[in-house]
Amino acid sequence: MPMNAHTSGRAALRLQQVTRHYQMGETLVRAADNVSLSIGVGEFVALLGSSGSGKSTLLNLMAGLDRPTSGAIFAHDRNLAEMSSEELAKHRSHTIGIVFQAFNLLPRMTLEENVELPLRLAEVERSERGARVREAVDRVRLSARLSHRPSELSGGEQQRAALARALVNRPTILLADEPTGNLDSTTGDEIMFLLREINESLGMTIVMVTHEHPRAERFAHRLILMGDGKVISDGGAS
Amino acid sequence: MKGRDLAELAARNLREAVLRNSLTTLGIAVGVASLVAMLSLGVGLQNLASDRLSRTGLFDAIFVTPKPNTPSFRRLESPNPAALTPVRPLDNDGRHQLEALPDVIAVYPEIRFPTEIHYAGNPYATVVAGVAPSDRNDGAFDQMKGSFFSGPSADEAIVQIELARQLSTPPEAAIGKDVVLRYAERQALPAESGGGKSDGYSIVPREERLRIVGIIETDPAGGFGAFGRARLFIPLKVAETLRAAQTNDLRDLLRDTPSKRTYDSLTVRVSGASKVKDAEDAIKNMGFAAYSLLDASNGLNLVFRVFDMFLAIFGSLALVVASLGIVNTLVMAILERRREIGILKALGAADRDVKMLFFVEAGAMGLVGGVLGVLIGWLIGRAINFGTNVYLARQALPAISVTAVPWWMVGLAITFSILVSLVAGMYPASRAARLNPVHALRYE
Ligand SMILES: Nc1ncnc2c1ncn2[C@@H]1O[C@H](COP(=O)(O)OP(=O)(O)OP(=O)(O)O)[C@@H](O)[C@H]1O
Ligand SMILES: [Mg+2]
Repeated sequence: MPMNAHTSGRAALRLQQVTRHYQMGETLVRAADNVSLSIGVGEFVALLGSSGSGKSTLLNLMAGLDRPTSGAIFAHDRNLAEMSSEELAKHRSHTIGIVFQAFNLLPRMTLEENVELPLRLAEVERSERGARVREAVDRVRLSARLSHRPSELSGGEQQRAALARALVNRPTILLADEPTGNLDSTTGDEIMFLLREINESLGMTIVMVTHEHPRAERFAHRLILMGDGKVISDGGAS
Repeated sequence: MKGRDLAELAARNLREAVLRNSLTTLGIAVGVASLVAMLSLGVGLQNLASDRLSRTGLFDAIFVTPKPNTPSFRRLESPNPAALTPVRPLDNDGRHQLEALPDVIAVYPEIRFPTEIHYAGNPYATVVAGVAPSDRNDGAFDQMKGSFFSGPSADEAIVQIELARQLSTPPEAAIGKDVVLRYAERQALPAESGGGKSDGYSIVPREERLRIVGIIETDPAGGFGAFGRARLFIPLKVAETLRAAQTNDLRDLLRDTPSKRTYDSLTVRVSGASKVKDAEDAIKNMGFAAYSLLDASNGLNLVFRVFDMFLAIFGSLALVVASLGIVNTLVMAILERRREIGILKALGAADRDVKMLFFVEAGAMGLVGGVLGVLIGWLIGRAINFGTNVYLARQALPAISVTAVPWWMVGLAITFSILVSLVAGMYPASRAARLNPVHALRYE
């Protein structure tokens, strides 16, 4: 499949010479080193690379959870570097959905409450919330588990719950940091099928960090390989 | 985030760490409780003192006498018409004018005279005093046996306990019995010349039969000590009609209108201590001399203000110590809730949201601690009261109330508790808000 078939040509994310340094005592760690790339609307991108290559760093920068040391990041042509921290919070709330390897559900809240949390933060009307939660939970097929706590759910179910939480505010960009990293291969595939479905039916742009090359090739349109904070190769799935 | 969501999340967080949060809340409660207990003791003692003092009749009374005319003596060498104006006599005209002043409840002379009484056929020498109806509130009549006069001019008498013991054993047996009062009535002699000028008095001995209605144990204070050492009390109106021989009778003889009574002094009662100053000024303008204990009571109030202030300072210190507990609890909470804060931020929470969340939690602990503290403080007050009254009861003294928790104190303590908690929450809240979400989420 040619990657252009899935992009409208407009960029969902554009990184221009993005650098993120960490000062660790004497040494300077270049977690992201002069990265430039563009991700089109509707693309499903896999970010590959060995441990410590800077994948998570790049993803966090795209999410607006972190700011680059230098360079510019545009999300739908809005420069994150020029946003106040308040505006960045809005960006995370309305434009970005995030899923982590560690699920990161709040343990004392039920599935329903976890999924509702982004709606509270985005100040969505109460009357609207129920339907939005149900829609998101239906999409990940967890409707029967609304009142369960995370500890009562399996790993795959927890990640699906986290996915529902990421989708509930109807973001345009979904960022996933090793979403299958804590799951066995069957459950991991379940998550991957869900991501593909979300990408295809909602046209949502997805950037997924993974170190599983075969899976990335199977599901993503485009593979970006990182090493030492730099983009080593960038191309469509073979 | 909207207020309601904020409140719900805060309430949830508080519930999740019940033990830690309730210990902190209890710390605040103890601080508030000590503040309330100390303040209530201060206010209670002040109430008690001012209540006792106002019952003495000293603080709502003005003592009126004719103006001493001393300045005119100095000007005798160079006579000056103004300086020689005669002193305004304190007569019935003056009395009526005093009664017409605003806020004046009663104006009465102080009548006290030695006399002889007969009880059960035996004579006793004693001192009789007139009691104004407004003296009824005097503390001395609170613990009386029997009752107060049935009316302002009833032919009744109240006996001081020492006299009652002389009259009968047990003294209570005297209540309901009659006592005969011997007194001398002065009668103006009819004028012989047409000028209407009386030539003097004749003194006529008389008797008055009075029923004993009550016995008091303590001396009534009665203004400026006018009742001092009187043993038999009768209604003022009765005493006035008795027209007993008064010290100023001789002077009356020398004046051209002897039938017109003048008074050595009059006591003016106003409706409250706050009205004393205006009334006193008005009386001075009328040309009389006036004295009150206003200045003394002002000084007393000052002493109590300072007393209250010290109690409040100690109470506040307790609250400040308690607020350190809030700082500690919330800072610990940040460490424990790093991940949660990171997640909230990743899901779109602004710094302000996180800050407000911690702030609301601190405020809620302050509110609950405040309410609880007021309750505990009130209970401590009750306990102090109870202990005091047990002690007083052993001394055979009447029960009193030494603590008071008025509504303003409840409001003040809770508001103060919330404010202190919010201030204590400021540092933890801003630290939580500044937490870097990437770092917070890296820790597994
Ligand atoms: N907060 C930090 N302080 C210092 N160094 C950091 C920090 N975050 C990341 N790094 C360093 O930056 C480099 C890139 O880290 P990053 O987490 O992006 O790697 P990654 O590709 O996601 O690795 P993994 O596959 O193990 O998750 C690493 O060398 C890491 O040690
Ligand atoms: Mg990583």
